[in-house]
Amino acid sequence: MSEYSEIDDLIPDVDMPAEFVERINRAPAEITDEAETFMPRRNFLKLTGIVGGGLVLGFALSGAPRTLAAPKGTEASTDTAFTSNVFTPNAYIQIKPDGTIVIAAKNPEIGQGVKTTLPMIIAEELEAPWESVSVIQSDIDAKRFGRQSAGGSQSTPRNWRPLRQAGAVAREMLIAAAAKTWGVSKAQCFADQGFIVNRENNRKLSYAELAGTAAELPVPNGKKVPLKKRSDYKLLGTFVPGVDNHSLVTGKPLFGIDQKLPGQLYATYTKCPQFGGGVKQANLQEIKALPGVVDAFVIEGNGIQTELLSGVAIVTKSTYEAFQAAKALRVEWDLSSAATDSWEDIQQKASALTDKPGAAKKSKGSVDKALATAHKTVSGYYTYPFLAHANLEPQNCTAWYRNGKMDIWAPSQTPQSIPGLVSSAVGIPAEDITVTQCRIGGGFGRRLMNDYACEAAAIAYRTKAPIKLMWNREADTAHDFYRVGGFHKLTGALNAEGTLTGLRDRTITFYPKDADDSRPVRAGNASSGNLQCPEIPNLSIEAHPLPLQVPTGWWRAPVSCSLAWVYQSFIHELAVAAERDHLEFLLEQFGAPRWTGRRRAGDFNTERAIDVVKLAAKNGDWGRPQKDGQGRGLSFYFSHLGYFAQVAEVTVDEQNNVKVDRVVVAGDVGMLLNKSAGVNQVEGSVTDALSVLAGQEISFENGAVQQSNFDTYPLLRMPAQPKIEVHWLSTQYPPTGLGEPAFPPLAAAVTNAIFDATGKRIRTMPISKEGFKVI
Amino acid sequence: MTAINFVLNGEDREVDDLDPNTPLLWVLRDRLDMVGTKFGCGRGLCGACTVHFNGNAMRSCLLPISAVAGQEITTIEGLAETDDSGNEQLHPLQDAWIASDTPQCGYCQAGQIMTAAALLKANPNPSDADIDNAMAGNLCRCGTYKRIRQAIHTAAENSVPGGTGE
Ligand code: FES
Ligand code: FES
Repeated sequence: MSEYSEIDDLIPDVDMPAEFVERINRAPAEITDEAETFMPRRNFLKLTGIVGGGLVLGFALSGAPRTLAAPKGTEASTDTAFTSNVFTPNAYIQIKPDGTIVIAAKNPEIGQGVKTTLPMIIAEELEAPWESVSVIQSDIDAKRFGRQSAGGSQSTPRNWRPLRQAGAVAREMLIAAAAKTWGVSKAQCFADQGFIVNRENNRKLSYAELAGTAAELPVPNGKKVPLKKRSDYKLLGTFVPGVDNHSLVTGKPLFGIDQKLPGQLYATYTKCPQFGGGVKQANLQEIKALPGVVDAFVIEGNGIQTELLSGVAIVTKSTYEAFQAAKALRVEWDLSSAATDSWEDIQQKASALTDKPGAAKKSKGSVDKALATAHKTVSGYYTYPFLAHANLEPQNCTAWYRNGKMDIWAPSQTPQSIPGLVSSAVGIPAEDITVTQCRIGGGFGRRLMNDYACEAAAIAYRTKAPIKLMWNREADTAHDFYRVGGFHKLTGALNAEGTLTGLRDRTITFYPKDADDSRPVRAGNASSGNLQCPEIPNLSIEAHPLPLQVPTGWWRAPVSCSLAWVYQSFIHELAVAAERDHLEFLLEQFGAPRWTGRRRAGDFNTERAIDVVKLAAKNGDWGRPQKDGQGRGLSFYFSHLGYFAQVAEVTVDEQNNVKVDRVVVAGDVGMLLNKSAGVNQVEGSVTDALSVLAGQEISFENGAVQQSNFDTYPLLRMPAQPKIEVHWLSTQYPPTGLGEPAFPPLAAAVTNAIFDATGKRIRTMPISKEGFKVI
Repeated sequence: MTAINFVLNGEDREVDDLDPNTPLLWVLRDRLDMVGTKFGCGRGLCGACTVHFNGNAMRSCLLPISAVAGQEITTIEGLAETDDSGNEQLHPLQDAWIASDTPQCGYCQAGQIMTAAALLKANPNPSDADIDNAMAGNLCRCGTYKRIRQAIHTAAENSVPGGTGE
């Protein structure tokens, strides 16, 4: 049985840092906040007609494709033949007479598990038995669902409160319905796994039996309904497999790339390999004569990288014919405003620039003085490359323009941005554009961008038939929005006691060529300097600007994914120079257990940092002797509201083959909502970070990317994956997301372990450039 | 071109009017609307497109439809069986995959399962090293390898000795 208490969070849910989603693309017309997601009930329960003797509600919960356009993979329509005793307290929940509880999953599923975890939050408060819950992917509709996006590990923290409230509202209405039925007070009733129970006599009424009565009751204010205590949770915190698993393992069409419409055609879109180049002319007549080609045409585009660049569209009857025709395409490019960036050149410039003082981005005390009076100083030059996202599902999008309306089926992390972007790129009103979200074969930040959706829409606009735009792997690698590379010349000062007294970081900030050099490129590393050493008395982060034309973007744990390696490696270098234990030295940087900043979730809490570092060290056998050729490394980082520490154990042979034997992870994300998806994200992050460390690098010459497929941009394969152990610290903070924060610490844990094993300090990523091979 | 006949998931199929070099992958996805088999690289590097060709794991992105004439193909859609009363009987690997929650994004998983099914047929009780060996050609961008290995072991344990069959 359950008792409901007031909200049990020790600190209020926070305003999330407005870091990613708002800045991505253009904001959709209007995104309402949580308050508006609870629309008055009359909007949903309007009677619109009579079918088969039952009343039909005018409100569709979700996922109801227009009959003509019904794409494969969308769940069955839920708005047909509703009878009057279907209970729909809000946009997320329907309780049907047969006892089925339908819960809408609002956000895009990119593998982070939100299609399962977000409905679990609702089901928990609703006291719905998970076996009777059927999850459907919701429509894209800001009015009903608020922000719908997958980015910044924000689905959990942003939805934690509103989704609990959505479940609790329905539960309270069912309780009120039972009280009314029995003629007793509400206090005499409680909800228990699909039933309302009468405390006095243990009589029960099922949700299905109560649905009709509940539907007639007033909807309580979501902000006032009582929420369950964490100690009463039955579902949250358990191991719940993904709701799409059966469909996935039997090959059902769920993904964007699986969509098919009646009379659908296929398309490729070829852009200039040099970023920003335009089409002068192409052998369109020749292309049109090729087998299967229906049309071929030039699209001028609007010149905006995140929308529609100039290119050549080829429309065909099949994907193969489209790919074949694209191979035969010959384009004369207009290179007048094309990129000419050279990675070689940038590396040389950066190395020279970072020898000199740069513009101060962050400073505290006097680093010059600390260095001048240091007992010992330590220096190191760290560099890391640009990265591609390499989603296994290449970019694609399906679009259909008919009767002045555009329908788009998009594997997008920000589907709500699409109408605005397409409207700008193609010139049709945003109101005439409808977006359906599809399951996504990997996000990692690539699909925060919607360039592929603009391209598909532009092609569909001209073709007047449904088209599926397909990128091949080579196009996907060559036209990404890359994680920026970076350069850090670090110098640290130690006093006679071996305490860190100062640190200077001379780094590079990329800014868009022909723009103001004080505004960094998208997801640039400018001025972040997120050292996470609050005790340090003297600090100076200096930056030199360099122009960049290569498009950049958010990449799993943006900024943190690269900075964590630099800083956590250098802290280890300093500990070694000070002849101190790394664990002790790292803990010293945190100081006393406390909040730094204003006690908001985005502020650094040293107590949580200390606790996860200790937990990782304990489970990672910190200090236990190892054999020759073995090494152990430690690392920590706080990002995306999650605290993670990792210990890596490696064995390195004479040929510098590195076997990562074990990675021990300790994390604090408040409360783990789904043990399965949560651990999956940690294992995935560790593996991803090892992939990056082992051999990933995007290089470019004359403004064009040099890698093309998985042979030149390798992903880690099964034999190289280490043992991964995950330990959780359960704290009373609100639960936060897991798509990103387990990624940043891994690289330094491994390179610190390689140092421990070999005495060789790795300061260049990937480690293949330093002659090491991950096996 | 003349029609090509082959057996797909136990049923005779005929396709015509297409370039004989068309890879099986695109015939499955575009022509036959069987989209469980996925496109990842088109060059035999990722394994997302793995099907069974006469019982062996094969990359369908490199397999011209002309080479499929008269042969037997099984895709992820045909891995489960139907029992006498018409109920779906999942392959032990599919059961293990669901229970262990192996998929993250799920995009690679059909290819992973098809490779694993061919492995179990040849080697009903594989060691970790056997699994690593057999699965090394299948990329998972999300890093689900650990659960894949566990699920293969689980399926092997849950199968009748002597193999899982299809
Ligand atoms: S698509 Fe066939 S191996 Fe990658
Ligand atoms: S689960 Fe995403 S690629 Fe394997």
